[in-house]
Amino acid sequence: MYDLIVIGGGPAGLAAACAAWEGGLRSILIVERDKELGGILNQCIHNGFGLHHFKEELTGPEYAGRFGKLLGETGVEVRLDTMVLEVTEGRQVHMVGKSTGYRVEEAQSIVLAMGCRERTRGAIAIPGTRPAGVFTAGAAQRYVNMEGWMPGKRVVILGSGDIGLIMARRMTLEGAKVLACVEVMPYSGGLNRNIVQCLHDYDIPLYLSHTVTDIRGKDRVEQVVVSEVDGQRNPIPGTEMVFDCDTLLLSVGLIPENELTRQAGIAIDRRTNGAVVYENMETSLPGVFACGNVCHVHDLVDFVTAESQKAGAAAAAYVRGGGEAVQGRVLEVKNGDGVTYTVPQRIRPHRVDKLCGLFFRVNRVCRDSEILVTSGDTQIARFKREHLAPGEMEHIDLPRALLDRAEGELTVSIREVEQ
Amino acid sequence: MYDVLIIGCGITGAAAAFQLSKYRLKVGILERENDVALGTTKANSAILHAGYDPEPGTLMATLNVRGVELARELCQKLDVPYRNCGSLVLAFSEEERPAVEELYRRGIENGVPGLRLLTGDEARALEPNLSEQVVAALHAPSAAICSPWEYCLALAETAVRNGVELYLSTNLTGLEQTARGWTARTNRGDFEARFVLNAAGVDAAAVHDLAAPHAFDIHPSRGQYYLLDKSEGTRVGRVIFQCPSKAGKGVLVAPTVHGNLIVGPDAERVEGNDTATTGDGLRFVRETAQKSVPSVNFRESIRNFAGVRASTDRGDFILEESAPGFFDLAGICSPGLSAAPAIGEYAVKLLQKAGLALERKDDFVCKRRRTRFKELPPQERGTLVEREPAFGRVICRCETVTEGEILEALHGPIPPASVDGVKRRVNAGMGRCQGGFCGPRVVDILARELHKSPGEIVQDQAGSWLLDRETKTAASEGGMSHV
Repeated sequence: MYDLIVIGGGPAGLAAACAAWEGGLRSILIVERDKELGGILNQCIHNGFGLHHFKEELTGPEYAGRFGKLLGETGVEVRLDTMVLEVTEGRQVHMVGKSTGYRVEEAQSIVLAMGCRERTRGAIAIPGTRPAGVFTAGAAQRYVNMEGWMPGKRVVILGSGDIGLIMARRMTLEGAKVLACVEVMPYSGGLNRNIVQCLHDYDIPLYLSHTVTDIRGKDRVEQVVVSEVDGQRNPIPGTEMVFDCDTLLLSVGLIPENELTRQAGIAIDRRTNGAVVYENMETSLPGVFACGNVCHVHDLVDFVTAESQKAGAAAAAYVRGGGEAVQGRVLEVKNGDGVTYTVPQRIRPHRVDKLCGLFFRVNRVCRDSEILVTSGDTQIARFKREHLAPGEMEHIDLPRALLDRAEGELTVSIREVEQ
Repeated sequence: MYDVLIIGCGITGAAAAFQLSKYRLKVGILERENDVALGTTKANSAILHAGYDPEPGTLMATLNVRGVELARELCQKLDVPYRNCGSLVLAFSEEERPAVEELYRRGIENGVPGLRLLTGDEARALEPNLSEQVVAALHAPSAAICSPWEYCLALAETAVRNGVELYLSTNLTGLEQTARGWTARTNRGDFEARFVLNAAGVDAAAVHDLAAPHAFDIHPSRGQYYLLDKSEGTRVGRVIFQCPSKAGKGVLVAPTVHGNLIVGPDAERVEGNDTATTGDGLRFVRETAQKSVPSVNFRESIRNFAGVRASTDRGDFILEESAPGFFDLAGICSPGLSAAPAIGEYAVKLLQKAGLALERKDDFVCKRRRTRFKELPPQERGTLVEREPAFGRVICRCETVTEGEILEALHGPIPPASVDGVKRRVNAGMGRCQGGFCGPRVVDILARELHKSPGEIVQDQAGSWLLDRETKTAASEGGMSHV
């Protein structure tokens, strides 16, 4: 019986395991399906990681390396090349690995840190033929950075999510011609710094309010057709542009990988596609925590780290407390006007130390706005922002004293301030 | 000199080869593509129809009913995913009721077992997600679903195990009549045969024209589909049809044997083998399907595809000797998958009538098994990994497919030559991430096992190259060569 089993050895799992060790747990197992720890960081060889957490700029592998080193100083057990197949009643974790065989391990607590996957062509139903040469940006990144192979010469990128932007630059640096980055929304889905550093610096045009409406080519992509879209995101006839290319990269969103979570019967939030979590990242199943991209998709690994440290510390507290389920008052956090989702979705005020961090995304680009937190008809907090965008996760801290005053539920909403 | 040469290894060619492999004969199959099942066989509704649809007395009617009867046993013996889930044909108004009743009458005449006419409420009791508009339905408990490409593969593999010679990437360019039969000219040299079976699917008319005067046209009719994630896989438990029209059996909503939901097809006349999907076609499929099952959640789509039906102007299968020793197995549109093993039997009879002597083999093996790690109980998983550690390495995480299964396929009677070839054999890449995660790993395994460079590994058919060049090589304006 382990104190804690962490499923996934990416940035979330690593930070959670380290924090749980610090929290006093001495029997911790990380199960990682790849041959090394670090998760997606290993293929993110660009820099920009760690500005918040380490106060310096690191590459993905360097960031993972820092945590690998921290982990090496603990007694946390790691099983690589091992895949968790199922989590069943009584926190039984079923796993299989080439060298370890099929094993069922029991744990007092579990941290779910499986990360996310990319949305595909099928998810957005792009019409056309089905030739080779349509890749998710992450798969292309793996080919280029890990396998050392270029997936094409002339490239169009659909979606302006961060991986797509990073790949626009990466493919260009490796000698490919990136013809266009196409975004169906009227604003970019990625970080502003990536728009500047990955597109503008390389003269790659960004077509906002456009999408791919046809893929042509029998064996390999030969052309893609790009059309402008109207306010309802429907293609406008007559606006078609044809690009001669052999590759289409898709950066059209990430989906938390929650098959294990669903199987285990844990409540899922339809908006985050991740588990519904409490203020300490605990899911609806006591003793099971979720953090990182499996819980909700983050922009920056630094925030994944912070969230996962919270989950790891909470798992340690849960085990130290003898596995007692938490009782008491629960505040439901609701999405008000302009807010797509919040994490956590539930807060137990008496479990909050001083501040309760709340992450959320907005559903439109807003200038000079106020973030309002209300409970019933009472406004309990207000925060000013000069700029809000769906591509950038927002964060506020709610003091315990305010939460104690709230009744039943909290609503987070956005109000644009008239100039 | 072959006794019989089969042109094309889709479900029809494979079924004919399978039936012929029971006899002491020298049989060859010429397949243009690098794998079997690459035409209509891999892109259809995956339904084994009960048989109430075809006009009584037609080949379609007789062979459909016989075919699904054979399929039940064959799928079990050859380890083909198969589920006898039954089907419903819906009437949405009193005007449509007679059409459903007509199907019932035809079904009785065609010998379809267990048919029942239901009221709308009875239908909804079976399928709670059906539309409130349904006023009547025909229930056919004998309808089934299967994995069409694995069905074809299983028949072809069994044929090969029993001595049939399969030539992949072998393109027929001419047929010449000789004193003893036929010479088939291909990109890989000439093949001599006494008899030729034309199972060339959408290209069957072109192959026919190489041997005999023009006699029929194939009018390719394209059908587009949605495949939805397993989260939608239990939206219905049976195959849900609407009333058929001239264009076909209409848009259906059905579970798949892999646990997904399939929705489609439309029907549109196209030129040649045009399997592109279109925005309009997909919209039509979505809207029409929601008439049957309003709650289908298309946001759970994981793939769209289209297949081309090899329809002809005759309205029935064309199974006949069109030149001495040259037989057409043509016009195999729906219910071709359902009828396949019966078409194979029928072809054997045609050949026998034409003078082919049939002598049963004593050592015919009608058995096939593959390891499906995901479906094993924990205990057996443990034993398997202990014996062969490659079964402990999960390659496709959506479908829980292990390296061991991929290696097993690579050592099978018809090894895969592409990433999609692996997918059709072991399901790697078939899940919700559509190979985003396992694709590079499968390329790796294929390159290693086939002793090729990753740059030579194709997605599917020849020419579907995946990787351009190694990053360390300098980019060159002229480009590198693929293939």
